[in-house]
Formats: sequence, structure tokens, C-alpha cells
Amino acid sequence: MEFEPVIGLEVHAQLRTETKIFCSCSAKFGAAPNSHTCPVCLGMPGVLPVLNRKVVEYALKMSLATNCRINRESSFARKNYFYPDLPKGYQISQYSQPLAEHGWTDIELATGRKKIGITRIHMEEDAGKLMHDEYNPVSLVDLNRTGVPLMEIVSEPDLRSPEEAAAYLKRLHEILVYLEVCDGNMEEGSFRCDANVSLRPVGQAAFGTRAELKNMNSFRNVQRALEYEIKRQGYLLESGGQVVQETRLWDDAQGITISMRGKEDAHDYRYFPDPDLVPLLVGEGWIAEIESDLPELPLEKRERFISAYQLSAYDAGVLTTSRALADYFEETVRLSCQPKPAANWVMGDLLRFLNEDKRDIKDSPVPPTALADMIKLIEAGTISGKMAKEIIAEMYKSGQPPQAIIAAQGLVQITDADMISGLIAEIMAANPDQLAQYRSGKDKLFGFFVGQTMKATQGKANPQIINELLKKMLAP
Amino acid sequence: MELYELTIHELQALIRAGSTTAADILSSVYRRIDAVESKVHAYITVTRELAEEQAAQADEAIKKGEIKELTGIPIALKDILCTRGIKTTCGSKMLADFVPPYDATVVTRLRQAGAVFTGKTNMDEFAMGSSNETSYFGVTANPWDLTRIPGGSSGGSAAAVAADECLAALGSDTGGSIRQPAALCGVVGMKPTYGRVSRFGLIAFASSLDQIGPFTKDVEDCAIMMSAIAGHDPRESTSAPAETPDYRQFLSRGVEGWTVGIPREYFLAGIDPEVEAAVRKTIAVVEGLGARCIPISLPHTQYCLAVYYIVAPAEASSNLARYDGVKYGFRFRDGRDLLDMYKKTRSAGFGAEVKRRIMLGTYVLSSGYYDAYYKKASQVRQLITRDFEQAFQTCDVILTPTSPTPAFRLGEKTDDPMQMYLSDIFTISANLAGIPGLSVPCGFTTGGLPIGVQFLAGHFGEGKLLQIAAAYEKHANIEKRRPSL
Repeated sequence: MEFEPVIGLEVHAQLRTETKIFCSCSAKFGAAPNSHTCPVCLGMPGVLPVLNRKVVEYALKMSLATNCRINRESSFARKNYFYPDLPKGYQISQYSQPLAEHGWTDIELATGRKKIGITRIHMEEDAGKLMHDEYNPVSLVDLNRTGVPLMEIVSEPDLRSPEEAAAYLKRLHEILVYLEVCDGNMEEGSFRCDANVSLRPVGQAAFGTRAELKNMNSFRNVQRALEYEIKRQGYLLESGGQVVQETRLWDDAQGITISMRGKEDAHDYRYFPDPDLVPLLVGEGWIAEIESDLPELPLEKRERFISAYQLSAYDAGVLTTSRALADYFEETVRLSCQPKPAANWVMGDLLRFLNEDKRDIKDSPVPPTALADMIKLIEAGTISGKMAKEIIAEMYKSGQPPQAIIAAQGLVQITDADMISGLIAEIMAANPDQLAQYRSGKDKLFGFFVGQTMKATQGKANPQIINELLKKMLAP
Repeated sequence: MELYELTIHELQALIRAGSTTAADILSSVYRRIDAVESKVHAYITVTRELAEEQAAQADEAIKKGEIKELTGIPIALKDILCTRGIKTTCGSKMLADFVPPYDATVVTRLRQAGAVFTGKTNMDEFAMGSSNETSYFGVTANPWDLTRIPGGSSGGSAAAVAADECLAALGSDTGGSIRQPAALCGVVGMKPTYGRVSRFGLIAFASSLDQIGPFTKDVEDCAIMMSAIAGHDPRESTSAPAETPDYRQFLSRGVEGWTVGIPREYFLAGIDPEVEAAVRKTIAVVEGLGARCIPISLPHTQYCLAVYYIVAPAEASSNLARYDGVKYGFRFRDGRDLLDMYKKTRSAGFGAEVKRRIMLGTYVLSSGYYDAYYKKASQVRQLITRDFEQAFQTCDVILTPTSPTPAFRLGEKTDDPMQMYLSDIFTISANLAGIPGLSVPCGFTTGGLPIGVQFLAGHFGEGKLLQIAAAYEKHANIEKRRPSL
């Protein structure tokens, strides 16, 4: 029997607000353990939560960017369970009334686009972190992360392959980063994903029994874990067995999933409305304000780049990987009016330099104005493309505009045809043998005369002019 | 006459006139504490050093003419209110050594108003109880009869005021924990509207019901305390943004032309005949003040206790989850593993009543039971609230007994939780509806035990409560007695 995987993803994205969701502690990553804490996030007796407005704003941005319906009234609930990284003994989350529901986003596949439904988006607080001593029976708790705002994005079970799941994750990641609401750092845990996966016979409408996969900390691992799990479930079903509803952990080292807890061990979280927080009301005005402020999203930007600048899909893809890069490119185009060369210079030399130095485009020593000037100088024939290669390297190194470098190094291209033809005449006179051979049909020697002319001008002559003059003057 | 016998407003007059000092007042109060505390046991912690320091500061301020609402007034705090640097136990072994690094908002407000803190008062463990008998730190005795309970859960605060061991005290009221002990100890106690006084720093029992309020010797002092503690707090999401009036303005207005509702459901079987007689007499006095008393009905009253014992334990089961031995408070040291540590910490750290309510609350929130219990209870709570909204369309305030009986004997109800729960039968509804309630003394039993009458008003009707209570207090001619200690 042939089986079809059914996959749904739950993404937890840390929102990059300055402060935590229910107190004014810093939400920054990487501080000394327990230094970003206060009585509120430590869950001390008597403290109360107050919702951070910025968190709602960020979650609204994502909700609107994924076409969700915003609930005008939503609420917070308590999810009760005991764990040492959860100081209150409950997590404040949204349960029966999430911030947003019924959204969708398009993903890009080799076969075209596919619409993936988004069930809901809600806000909640993160828990702390346990550190286990390898040599002593001791665990330490760092509560810096406790209360850092999270947004959970739950997809519909619309994904049909690990590749689709990866494409969907990349899409969410890209949007979150574009919106500047999440830094998207998977290693630091600011973008985490759990997956629900089941198999069903092709053609069957009802879903099979699903397993929930956890502990996948990269796009690649999500894909690998799903591939493994689909195989595992496939073998089970084909051999007449049954899939058990359970939570499984991805073991990266072994490349397998391992059962963590079954359905019967599932927690009863005893959700109930948090009496310390009032219903969250989101007015039309606020929604309109955020909507009008939404940036162009990556997929739309790619399409526009392809149609407006005649870029290839690949180039458009590279240039829209970040909003800053796309903005840099567009600014260069605006100033130089030459999309294709701008794309080539940005993607070729500039990105190579930046990548070598692990620098962001925002910190590029070459501003768009300088790059545009350089492109215009090439277009005007003032410098050659070959010279530009050296010039852009120097621009990157020194941060100087191209004009200054050209002036300092005397790099201006020789475009004076009279001067060049004078030199050619001298070269012809000095190399009568080669001239004779060329004229008798040895075309290859054309290159020799180009080289000699370049040498005579120390490489500064415009190669096009050299070509034209040589053709004319060498002709028998 | 000793200074500790006076009221806040009387002492303020003396301070303003320059005829006494904060230090004199404080040493008078501590003389009283030294004399009677061993009998009453109203306090868990006495903060004498801090109080002396605060009194000295108050005297400095008085010298400069900077006299604020409570400058130099010795006030006791229920040990459920977090006080920076001062042990805050909540009456539990779990927090027996807990020292908060911060002040509750009400504590900050009292500090700013110039108050002097005498200490932290005894209470039922985590405010769960109606007699102060569930305290880990031993029982508090009723100053009027040392063999009887002071009421609870704020029994220590009520007893401290009744025994003149402070001028006023703060308590908290989740189902009657201010009003019931106030009635049983013969003092004035008010539970304000939910959201009127900040809960920040009040150790949570049931968050949607808890409210802080004052115990005072008379109604005027209650108004003074309310003016000092009420008001919006940005650190609490459920804090009401409504303006706080100066509550003293209501004291002399009288109740001429008012309509007072007498709910028939509050005068049924189980009420002590002497309590009923005293409350009936109060109705007559109120009518004599020019108010019209009319019978009303609050038809869902019979469900209040059931709703309360679902909602309150549910919230408590979650609020008390933080006492797990990990971060602060008591920890069972020799647990085999994490789960064992949790179990033994909570088994040994909480008393029987707290554990009973945690289990009740955990049960009613459990998957499969939520709809039948918590959800249903929340719906009935709406109906109870609506009863009051409708009643307040026809009357200004409602008058009821505060407690069905006067103070009972120590140990009398400890083995029967249901009997204990029934002592809050008349006070629970105000917490469920979020409305304010005030208990004011209305007489004594033949055995010399105080009786209280309760006034209830609509949301933010604290002024009305003070208005009728002040008028009643002035004209009722309740015999001025002091407990003989």
C-alpha cells in the first residue's frame, strides 16, 4: 500500500522585544545566569503580571503578515505543570482565545506554490533553562529566559513531505526576520519547531495516528527527523503494526527518533483563565496602524524584483534573503539605474567580501551611493570592468568612494582614440613579422596586438576602443 | 487613658496639637503588646526595631510640620503582605523563613503616608480558614474570650486591633477574611471593591477574589485607612483606574432618604438568635436615621458557598504551585529525585486545610471535570453578580449579618470543614460579585461576645458603606466596651 505523510508544525518564535512579556526585565540572550530576573519573573509570592504592549504588537504583525483573522478579544490562561525551570508552577499562555486564527501563507516548491493554512497564533512566556552537572547529581536553574516572550504559530496539517515542511519553516522564518519581530537564531533557540506527523493510505481522507516530534534545532534536522519518522511509521504500517500516539525526541547523533512519553502519560495541564490578567482587546485602529506599517514580504519582493528588474529567479532569491540586502540593492539600482550590473556587483564581489569577514550588509563599508557611482563610471567608460574589480576591493578596504581611488591610483581609462591609434601604429611598425602572419590569415595573433596595446597603456586603455581600432588598422 | 486606647483621628489631633509624639504613641502600643500579646498571640513577627526607627522619622517629619495622613500611627500588617527585609510567612511552614526582597504596594503606600509598622499578624495558613486555627504559628485567641477563636483568616489583625496592640491593621478578604474576624472581634473591617486596592505583593490565595482592606477601631479610621491604601497600581492588571475620593467626606452625610435592602436569603436557619436579634435592631436604627428598609431577594445566594469552594480552590491550586522547594521557602532536603523532593516538600510544608483545597482545586480543573465544575461555577458566579446588580437598582446598600454566629470555641469546628466553611456564608457573595462590604459592630451577646452587621454596596460604593456605617455608629449607641485582658 502506498502511504502519504500528513505533517503539521508548531513553531515557537522568540519575539525580540527589549523587555520580557510580563515584567520589565531585559529579554536579551547571553547574560550571566539569573542576572535578568526580578520578583515577577522569579515567581515570588505576591507578584503579578502586566502584559508588554510591544509583544502584542509584534504578534499582530506576524498574524497580519500570515493573513490571520485577529480576535478582537483574546485572553490568557494558565498551563499548570511542575518543573524547576518554571518558577510559578504554571506557564501563562493563550489557550481557548488566541490572538489570531485562520491564516495562511504560500510556500515555494519546485512544482510551484502551495498554500499552507495557519490554525492559530498565540503569545506565551518562555520557561527558564536547566543546566545539569555532568559529574555531580546537581542541576542548576537559569531563569534569564523565564518570561521572554514567545509566539506560537500552529499550522494546519497541510504539509505532505519533509521538503514541504522545510519550505514552510523557511517561509515562516523569512517572514519573521523580515518583520524584525524575531531574530530567527535557531542555535540560541529563538526559532524552535515541533512536528506532528502521521501516515495515511493515499486517497484516504481520515488522518492516521500521529506522533509528535520534538528536539529538532535546525531546518535540516526537522527534515531528517520527518524523513526518519515517515520511514519508521511506514515500516510499522506495512508490517501490519500500528502507530502509537506519543511524543518522540529526535536524537541528532543517532539520526533516529526515540519515544519520550505515550498518550497515557500526557500531562493534564488544567488550563483555566488567568485571573491576574484582563481580556486583551485589540481595536480596529491598532490593527489598521500595524497593517499600514507592514513591510513588503520576501515572496512578494522576489516577484517584484523578477518583473521590475528582469532578474533571474535565482538572483531575486539571493537579493531578498534579507530586507537589508534587498534595500541595499534597490538603493543601488535607484542611484545607478542599472539593475543587472547592480545585482552582479552586489551578489558577486560585495557579498563575497562581506561573507569572508562575516559582516552584515548593514555594516558594509561600501554604501549604495559608492557602488552606484562605480557602476556609472563603468557605464560611462571611465573605467573598465577589470579595473572595477580592483577598485571595489579597494573601496571595501578603505571605505573610500570610487572617484577618490581612481584619482589616487591614476586608474582612469584611456579613451583617446588618436593616442591609442598612434601607439598601435608604433606596435605594428615594431612587429612586422606578426603583422604579416596575421594578415596572411593567422587570426589568433589579434590577441597578441591587444596585449601589446594594453601593455603600452599599462592596462588603462578602453578594451572596446582597442578592439575597434585594431580591427580597422590590422586589416590588410 | 492610655494612648493605645485612642483612635487614629484622635491621635492625629494630639500630634497636630503637639501634645504627643510618634515615639510616645509607639511606646504606649508596645507596652500594651508586652502586656497582652502572650495571651492573644496576634502577631507572628513583632518589628519593634523597625517601628522605633519609623517613629523617629515620623517625629522628625512632625517637627518640620510635614504631617501626612498616617504620620506616626502604629499599624499592623497581616503576614500575607510582602514586606521588604521582613519575614513574610503567610502563616505557613512553607514560608516560615521567607524574606521578600520587595514591598507590597499597600505597604509602600502606608510607608509613604508616614505609618509605623508594629509587626506582622497571625493568620490562617495561606488565608485558608475562618478561625486562625490553621496557622503554622499557633492560634490567636479572641481578646473578648481567650477560649474562643478571633475569626479568620485575618484573625491576628482583628485581634490586634481589638486588643489595642496597634491602632489599625491591614488584612485580606477572599471569602470574608476581613469582615468575619472584624465582627467576631468587635472592630470595623472593610473589604473594598475588587480592583480598588492593589493586590501587588499580597500573597495570592484566589486571585479573582482576594482583596486587601483595613481593620480599625471606628468608621472614621476606616475612611482614613482607605484613603491611604486605595488607588490604581500599574503593577496590577486588574487594578481599577477609577479615581480615589477622600473617603472622610462621606462620614457626616447621613442616610436620609436611602433605601436599604434586607435580603431574605440571609436570615434563614442556622443563624444564631442573638445575632439575628442584634441585626434586626440595627435595621430599626437605620430606619430611625431616615432610611427605608425593604425586603429584597438575591435568588442565587444558596449557590454561593458551592461556587466559592470551586473557584477559590481552583485558583489556589495554581497559585500555590510555586511552593515547590526549588527557589525559596521550605525544601525537603533528602528527596531521592525531583519528583520525590516535590512530593515531600509539599506534603511536609503545607498544612491539612491547604492540602485539602489544593486537591479540591486540582480536581475541579482536571480534564473531564472542568466543564462540570469550574466552568459551571464561573457561570453561576455571573448569576450571583447579576443578583446584586439588580438589587442595587432598587436600593443604595444591602444590610445583612456578617457572620451567622459569634466567635466559637477554639477547636470547636476544626474537625468539620463544612461547619467551618459555613461561617463565611454571608460574606462570600461579595467576593464572588467583586462588590465592597463592611462589617461594623452592632452589639454584644449576653455572654459578652461582639456581633457585627454587614453593609454591602455596588462596585466602588465604599463611600456609601462608610456613609451608612458612620451614621449608624454615631446613633446606635453601642455600649463602649473594651475586652478585659
